[in-house]
Amino acid sequence: MSHGPYIETRDSPVVAPEPGALGPRDKSIPRRPDGSRVPGWDTPADLSKDPAGVPDLATTPVPEALKAEIEDALSRYPDSKSAIIPALWAAQRTHHWCSPTAVWQVAAVLQRTPAEIMAVATFYDMFETEEIGKNTIYVCTNISCSLRGADALLHQFEVETADRKDEFHVRGFECLGACDIAPMISIDGLYVGPVDVDEVSQVLETVATQGGPAVFPDRQINNRASVDPGAGDRPTHGSAGPQSVIAESSSAKPSGDQVKSQTPGDETSVEGVGPDPRRHSSTTQPSDDPNKDVATEDRATGQDPEDDSL
Amino acid sequence: MSTPAAPHLLFDGIDEPGLATREVYERRGGYEIMKDALRRPQDGIIEELKQSGLRGRGGAGFPLGMKASFIPAGGMDKYLVCNADESEPGTFKDRELLQKSPHSLIEGMIIAAYTVSANKAFIYIRGEYMHQADVLEAAVEEAKAAGYLGDNILGSGHNLELWVHRGAGAYICGEETGLLDSLEGKRGNPRLKPPFPANQGLYQGPTLLNNVETLATIPVILGMGGEEYAKLGVERSSGTKLISISGHVQRPGNYEIELGMRARDILYDLAGGPTAGHEVKFWFPGGSSSPVLLPEDLDTPYDFDSIAKKGSMLGSGAIIICDDTSSPVQVALKLAAFYRHESCGKCTPCREGTNWTLRMLERIDEGLATPMDLDRLASVCQQIQGNCLCVLGDAMAMPVGSLIAKFRDEFEAHIEMRRASPDFLMDLDPHVETPIRVLA
Repeated sequence: MSHGPYIETRDSPVVAPEPGALGPRDKSIPRRPDGSRVPGWDTPADLSKDPAGVPDLATTPVPEALKAEIEDALSRYPDSKSAIIPALWAAQRTHHWCSPTAVWQVAAVLQRTPAEIMAVATFYDMFETEEIGKNTIYVCTNISCSLRGADALLHQFEVETADRKDEFHVRGFECLGACDIAPMISIDGLYVGPVDVDEVSQVLETVATQGGPAVFPDRQINNRASVDPGAGDRPTHGSAGPQSVIAESSSAKPSGDQVKSQTPGDETSVEGVGPDPRRHSSTTQPSDDPNKDVATEDRATGQDPEDDSL
Repeated sequence: MSTPAAPHLLFDGIDEPGLATREVYERRGGYEIMKDALRRPQDGIIEELKQSGLRGRGGAGFPLGMKASFIPAGGMDKYLVCNADESEPGTFKDRELLQKSPHSLIEGMIIAAYTVSANKAFIYIRGEYMHQADVLEAAVEEAKAAGYLGDNILGSGHNLELWVHRGAGAYICGEETGLLDSLEGKRGNPRLKPPFPANQGLYQGPTLLNNVETLATIPVILGMGGEEYAKLGVERSSGTKLISISGHVQRPGNYEIELGMRARDILYDLAGGPTAGHEVKFWFPGGSSSPVLLPEDLDTPYDFDSIAKKGSMLGSGAIIICDDTSSPVQVALKLAAFYRHESCGKCTPCREGTNWTLRMLERIDEGLATPMDLDRLASVCQQIQGNCLCVLGDAMAMPVGSLIAKFRDEFEAHIEMRRASPDFLMDLDPHVETPIRVLA
């Protein structure tokens, strides 16, 4: 984010940019064979094949653990169809991807057609219907991460894993729900961020040699404290009456520095790690904010003084 | 911090070590309100929820008490579903709540299920939240072991089974009827409404479906009393709200605020302002689905009605700040690509509209468009709105439309600049036969 303001207006002279001056944008969402940058909805069905019926459980070999897991899921729902997604998760854990064998086994245990299982598997992004590498890395490329350089990050991951496809499965993904640590990645479900473009090879090496949990422990979402300065550890609503809750809260001292960084059940967390240690250096102090005094007054009434409509 | 802190109800002591365990949660007074509630008449609880004025925290802002009162009486199977499929870009408040205080959600769900006589409850959590789902499942086991779930809970005569159901990565499953279809084991296609889930939801039974934050607020309301809770916030937007602020800000993260706080104060006092040396150019007040607002709108009080009056929406409470380095064209392109990918394909206006919006934005970005295309784009966006079963299409059309309306100059200049660029065609793959190339 070192580049200057991006301003275009109709009146400003049209200057042709230098070739390549527009940055990595063009490669951020690569084009697919059909010319678009996003995958299509369908791959055509093979009409030369006969439709598959419900597989016979007696003649379909299913790993015992997988079968038990699917049957456990079945017991939870009034309708066996509801167990398809939990069953596919179990199958994907067993086979690493939703292979035709995996789908067949799920269909056999649930006593449904493979087509029905496949229809569900292809709808959801996290079910892999093609063989994938050992470690899955999702790079969030949605808006908040993108504003902080996620497209370049994804590009770098793709470049560095181009000839290591059996080791790494890298995907740009929908918003992963961790915009506070943008740009972030999910290594087999473990959220880490922010990750810099020049840290990509380090991340890949750590994952390959020590596994995902060894990647930047202090930047993992599980080890982070809340950034909200009011969220200290005081008695909760249950033990305190309504009045005392409000009284305590409003008189509470900010505890941003004392907030425990430890998350429940985690012994390896790192003390004093905020949401992003690197960004804190340039933090504007609230006291420098010219709007501070106005802000305080407004807060008391809970609304904008000029907005009389409320 | 110099400004008075808002009362912290949900985030109170959120970082206490071990809060995710029942032991610590109960030491802090957890589950007491649930035990008390199970002895109260159900109507009384609904009345209390209505008095609190709590509006749903998932995005639509529908009053919780009203929704609960829509669940019909009678002996049929009723369900309670918690929507933890938090996938609105920019939103991550439920993640922190689920991960750090899962028992507050479970306590709220036990009360909610008792109130509407639901005997089966599901938490639909998005597949990406693997760690959070593990934490939640462990917490559910603990609650079961303590006798808070199961048959005849604490002698109240109420039975409740609670299961955590993991999704598998689909934005549309955050839409309530899409979520129900997904929970039934289908592709997550939204349904025609009415009938609303309160009448015919999961497995055709009456279903109360609420967001994590909404359900976790129930014990808070019963603990302090509905009337007392209604005093927080402003009229028609009562209480506190977890907001997620991200994008070009100094301290992105989740904050609990009292509704009605000025957006500028949220940005500068809590989140530390935009990136050093830069100014806000535009901002999303409620996730990427909300129409963008300009810097002058920052003085708006952050509550449901005030934001709506500015032509946008509070949504899930996710503020995304874009500073002066952001290009509206690139943001629009990003949005369109996301919604195009996530459209379930059931309704034509959304399936085709999101697709063509993306294609036209790509053309603009490649220097193949003329300013006339902007009108066509706005017209496509307009035709999506209100013509589908759910609001996914609208969720793309509104922000993209607002970007074009508010930054038309930049879109036009972008077209000009790309047309003048010597490499504007360079990113077309040379091996792809694109008929567009001839037009250029």
